[in-house]
Amino acid sequence: MIMATLALALMGVLLGAALGFAARYFAVTDENPMIKEIEQLLPGGQCGQCGVPGCGAAAVGMVEGTLPVTCCPPGGMGLAEKLATLLGVTLDAGEMAAPRLARVEANECIGCTRCYKACPTDAIVGASGQLHCVLLDACTGCGKCVDVCPEDCIDLVAQEPSLDTWRWSKPQAA
Amino acid sequence: MFNLVRRIQGGVHPDARKDLSVGPEIAYLPVPERLYLPLRQHAGAEALPLVKVGDLVLKGQLLAASPSEVSAPIHAPSSGRIVEIGPILAPHPSGLNVNGIVLECDGEDRWIELDVPADPFSLSPQVLAERVAQAGVVGLGGAIFPAAVKLKQGTRHEIKTVIINGSECEPYLTTDDRLMRERAAEIVEGARLIQHILRAYSIVIAIEDNKPEALEAMKAASAHHGAIEVMAIPALYPMGSAKQLIFEVTGREVPAGGRSTDVGVLVHNVGTAYAIQQALRYGKPLISRVVTVSGSCVKNPANLEVLIGTPAQTLMDACGGLIGKPAQFMLGGPMMGTVVPSLQIPVIKGATGLLALSEDELPRKDVSPCIRCSRCVDACPMGLTPLEMAVHARADDLDSAGESGLRDCILCGCCSYVCPAHIPLVQYFQYAKGKQDERRGTERKNSYIKQQTEARAARLAEEEAAKAAAKAAKKAAAAKPKKEVES
Repeated sequence: MIMATLALALMGVLLGAALGFAARYFAVTDENPMIKEIEQLLPGGQCGQCGVPGCGAAAVGMVEGTLPVTCCPPGGMGLAEKLATLLGVTLDAGEMAAPRLARVEANECIGCTRCYKACPTDAIVGASGQLHCVLLDACTGCGKCVDVCPEDCIDLVAQEPSLDTWRWSKPQAA
Repeated sequence: MFNLVRRIQGGVHPDARKDLSVGPEIAYLPVPERLYLPLRQHAGAEALPLVKVGDLVLKGQLLAASPSEVSAPIHAPSSGRIVEIGPILAPHPSGLNVNGIVLECDGEDRWIELDVPADPFSLSPQVLAERVAQAGVVGLGGAIFPAAVKLKQGTRHEIKTVIINGSECEPYLTTDDRLMRERAAEIVEGARLIQHILRAYSIVIAIEDNKPEALEAMKAASAHHGAIEVMAIPALYPMGSAKQLIFEVTGREVPAGGRSTDVGVLVHNVGTAYAIQQALRYGKPLISRVVTVSGSCVKNPANLEVLIGTPAQTLMDACGGLIGKPAQFMLGGPMMGTVVPSLQIPVIKGATGLLALSEDELPRKDVSPCIRCSRCVDACPMGLTPLEMAVHARADDLDSAGESGLRDCILCGCCSYVCPAHIPLVQYFQYAKGKQDERRGTERKNSYIKQQTEARAARLAEEEAAKAAAKAAKKAAAAKPKKEVES
């Protein structure tokens, strides 16, 4: 009688432990795994040009359908196309808003170093008392530098087409 | 020596119209008033100017240096004074500006002191390749790829054959033809120098069979040199395209996505071979080239040797000016050349021709739907299916377009040429390739931005940790003397 009780109790403990282990190890979050996947694709600069605070929030918005796939200017059309295939939405081949990048007005810059400390991608070079300059290759147009500049000498400007960025337009045919 | 059986597939036979400009010998243009030198006349990075406004320069002096391996320097084509360094009108269909140097010529045309080697064949291949790089020589057939980068491939790949490209398959252009007739000896020496640098086994000078005089001249010039073969190849467009030429001459096909070095071959244009010879034999940098001025709107079409940077208007004036109403100006040939907005653009290193074409010489514009006749498939020299690629390009489906062959398209224009519905096929492919470039650029920037963000986060974390460690160390140092005093 004692043996039977002990045997069943032992089995109960073992199975309970196994279930607990499984609950931890094989746990699936409630969160849609698509959100993590989309967040990986986004630039990660937390620039806010999409209208929501941060790339994580943008990923959530896109999965829920509150944000269109074309909401990310730094990502460009390439990103929009990838997201469209991932989410299974159709993408109308319209033009996306061109990213606006920061530009320091050299005449007004006092070299206070506040902007380059604020930049999340280290896109501004400069030192105390020296002119600051934006490296366009690394700028996402998030605008953090614009907010902290005491002289108000940083603007977000649309990029002029140059020989490097000019492309043939689509032929208009029947 | 004569290829009776053509090996390449596809291709078209446009009306060559070479008789317009091939008659007269190459004429030399006098030094113009001003020369406009774009800082990028080559594939690769823009050259960096070394001179300032107001500097006096001599002919052949280095004006802008290459910032990296795949780039080329710019030299002064004549003596004079630098009047401007800034945006100038680019020879580009967009009508945009490009950074450039404006040189006001003093008319004296004084050379800088040149470093002339005693015997270039006694120098090592590395030294010779470096001299070619310093001379700013780029592919003069139109691709403008820095010649030295190609020459340095000799150390990395086994080059069995050097092919000197004398095909000149584009209609109207006769610059290579005249160059071969008049300067055969220099071209042959250039070819031998290229062979020496690449340590190649043999040279084949490939000339289309519609140029019998050039064939004769080149055969005579190469007769007493070993390992040089002058081969006549069937006249066809685009026989001058590197991949097609290699297949025709050697029977080997360059693999898709591969380079000519994969099959042990390197191709150089006859103009490039001439420029290499001038650089290595006389120490002269690339400062001039022969340009064919042709088209039905030119009064006296001819070939002119012009200084790089000469305004196109000067060339046109030297050929009697314009007659009739030109509908389009082009730099290069009519099939793959660059449409330029006006004659106010400068002649750059890659300008094989300057064309003023009338309305009749341009393709018709009335487009009708595709009837899937597949003439474009027959005409494609790369063996692709333009009708499929065009459907995908029109739908902006770049991935499917890439899969159906867009990656291997050389934009030769044979498909548009034969299409009975006048569909702008090659224009669709130019558009699609542009979009692919754009996409690649954005992807590259996005991954760079991710890298930067992570690097910054890591740096800040490191600074925090260092601060905390310093604080802890300070505390420990402050605590120690107290303990010592106590004990």
